Amino acid sequence: MALFSKLLQKIRGGSTSAGDWQEFEEALIASDLGAKSAAEIIELAKRSKSDEIDTAITNALSAWLSNANRELPFNSDRPTTVLIVGVNGTGKTTSTAKLISFLKQNKHSVLVAAADTFRAAAVEQLATWGSRLEVDVVTGPANGDPASVAFEAATKAKAANIDYLIIDTAGRLHTKSGLMDELGKIRRVIEKVLPVDEVLLVVDATTGQNGIVQAKIFMESVAVTGLILTKMDGSAKGGIALAIERECGIPIKFIGTGESAADLEAFDPERYLNGLFS
Amino acid sequence: MFESLSAKFQGAFASLRSKGRLKPADIDEIASEIRSALLDSDVALSVVDFFIEQLKSRTDEVLTDLNKSTNPANAIFEIVNSLLIEILGGSARRIRLAKKPPTVILLTGLQGAGKTSLAGKLANYLKAQGNTPLLVASDLQRPNAVTQLQVVGESIRVPVFAPEPGNGVGDPVKVAKAGVKFAEDKLHNIVIVDTAGRLGVDAQLMEQAKQIRDAVSPDEVLYVVDAMVGQDAVRTAQAFFEGVGFDAIVLTKLDGDARGGAALSITQVTGKPIMFAATGENVTDFDLFHPDRMASRILGLGDIQTLAEQAKGAFDSDTASKLETKFVSGEDFTLDDFLAQLEAMKKMGSMTKLLGMIPGANSGAMKKQLEQFDEGELVKTQSIVQSMTPLERNDPKVLNGSRRMRIANGSGRQVSDVNSLVDRFTQAQKVMKQMRSGKGAMPPGMQIPPGMQMPQGMPQQGAAKVVNKKKSRSGNPAKRALEG
Ligand SMILES: Nc1nc2c(ncn2[C@@H]2O[C@H](COP(=O)(O)OP(=O)(O)OP(=O)(O)O)[C@@H](O)[C@H]2O)c(=O)[nH]1
Ligand SMILES: [Mg+2]
Repeated sequence: MALFSKLLQKIRGGSTSAGDWQEFEEALIASDLGAKSAAEIIELAKRSKSDEIDTAITNALSAWLSNANRELPFNSDRPTTVLIVGVNGTGKTTSTAKLISFLKQNKHSVLVAAADTFRAAAVEQLATWGSRLEVDVVTGPANGDPASVAFEAATKAKAANIDYLIIDTAGRLHTKSGLMDELGKIRRVIEKVLPVDEVLLVVDATTGQNGIVQAKIFMESVAVTGLILTKMDGSAKGGIALAIERECGIPIKFIGTGESAADLEAFDPERYLNGLFS
Repeated sequence: MFESLSAKFQGAFASLRSKGRLKPADIDEIASEIRSALLDSDVALSVVDFFIEQLKSRTDEVLTDLNKSTNPANAIFEIVNSLLIEILGGSARRIRLAKKPPTVILLTGLQGAGKTSLAGKLANYLKAQGNTPLLVASDLQRPNAVTQLQVVGESIRVPVFAPEPGNGVGDPVKVAKAGVKFAEDKLHNIVIVDTAGRLGVDAQLMEQAKQIRDAVSPDEVLYVVDAMVGQDAVRTAQAFFEGVGFDAIVLTKLDGDARGGAALSITQVTGKPIMFAATGENVTDFDLFHPDRMASRILGLGDIQTLAEQAKGAFDSDTASKLETKFVSGEDFTLDDFLAQLEAMKKMGSMTKLLGMIPGANSGAMKKQLEQFDEGELVKTQSIVQSMTPLERNDPKVLNGSRRMRIANGSGRQVSDVNSLVDRFTQAQKVMKQMRSGKGAMPPGMQIPPGMQMPQGMPQQGAAKVVNKKKSRSGNPAKRALEG
């Protein structure tokens, strides 16, 4: 993996200047990995023998990734439930649509719950996706109780023995404890009917260092099991996802690369790491 | 959880203070702390380096003066702070109304930045100032963005021009143009055009944004950006700046705890001012931008002002006035008050975040308490107090064994939980009495958990005023509590 070919060439040629190291630091910082991690990598590069730098960095970065399974779970005897959570505007509803499309392509039956009863027209937004993708969407009244929508959907999914139930929730800042409690309640209510198998935290690739606190608090409230990193079709590198995975051990499971339902990819570590500093 | 930035600063400044005379090497040291603080706050590296250069040249200029000052560390801090405020707020200004109405405001930005919600907030704000805004639904891309704007418009009673259903149907350029025409005809003095989110790297959609701009000749193009963004802020802002251009910036989601260093990067790189800040999901969560608050937020020194406002908002004025009266008149602080405090704390957001907003909260003893504080405890206490009768809440001394047993059963807790709550409450009551006699600095309603110090006078501004008005209520605490 030739991450830093330019710098490496110079190091090998014995002609690195302060400017080269600065460029290297810039690339690391620009990825949103965080200043501390960036400094660690620079240290590592300075410490390593010139022909081993590449491998050393690659190994270090890979070691920050977790060994956890990156696939969606599947239960053959009951519906598998997937809860979608995250701060406002990260792409939860769109990611829900993408997951529907992905699962349907794999010949699974899907039911969706529109548990964002708060944001104006959020239910309509998901309903539009539902009709485009031909899946049923369970909805409730505007400003109603999101947990009861989730409960109703779980009951339906169980009765009809649907393969997957996906629950889209309202965006909420992790600092609002009332809203975080609400999320915990949604989870507990679903669990009265079906176990919650997967909780996906949707993180926007443009997110800066605040992403780490976000992940920690969401983890505390609803036991997040995976990340969806969205908007990777933009210019942001999405290094915050690696920082989250390193810090919290939550595996990145999917990458969002656009606004249509097909724009979802399974996480590919090598491609991701390569993209971080390009 | 808190990478104690402010602790780091305080450490660095403390060591400066102890040195008395400053040498350039000391300045280098503090500069490097500031550098890492800015990077942790997501300020772009190029902007950080520019900032540090400026800082060094300013401190060099005044080094002799600095050494004469009684507190050189503070003097340096002032330089840092004023430099930040200068960049953040140098050219702050209001919306420029067009000489010939309608004034056209065009919103642009990335997907999910918060444009549609902002359109509603801005319309509501302008309407309150006596304008007659019209909202134009030119986001025809994201499913039901048009519906969203319509719902928002209806809730604030601002008309929405939405001739196309959206969801991929309709031409945003035509809609925008027709919207302005409609406003002219119907004599709206302001038009706010909402557009679809787009990526800086999407040449095709950037071209479309340009076409919308040219079709409506906006008086103000506002670039809407999420306060949580990281290092990409500069690149994307530049892409929009070169692509469509903008006149001012709006920061959204400032009610979170992101330090918002992007604000500094974008203003520095584009030279455009930040005009407004969005601070919540309600239409009224919208304010003029305050460069000074942002400066201390970026430095990780806490945002006291915002905290005070949140505290004020969390307490309804009645609760606040009740507590205030009790405090002033020396009445007994009851379990009901205790519960009101808890509820207010819950509303105010997570305990840990709250403390993070207070300078110094990350250091020493405070930090320890912070780490030990258990939010689940709040819920537990709440359920216990709610199982008490009004009499018990007013006078916990009546709580004998059988009452405690009943409360434990009613709240699904153990008798030992009830006992420990009563003990803690008695503690708090003592603290309250001490404060009244002038020994503590904690304002009423803010002293949970007991022993934790809050900055003086914090949420009082609003509350204090109400006191006099309500003084005529019953002097008997029990009676008063029942008056509720
Ligand atoms: N370019 C790009 N845009 C995306 C991606 N995912 C989502 N979006 C866009 O981001 C915007 C917000 O997406 P939503 O799915 O509504 O986000 P959300 O998290 O559900 O938002 P709230 O429910 O309001 O918190 C929309 O304009 C989406 O089209 C992605 O991977 N790439
Ligand atoms: Mg949504």
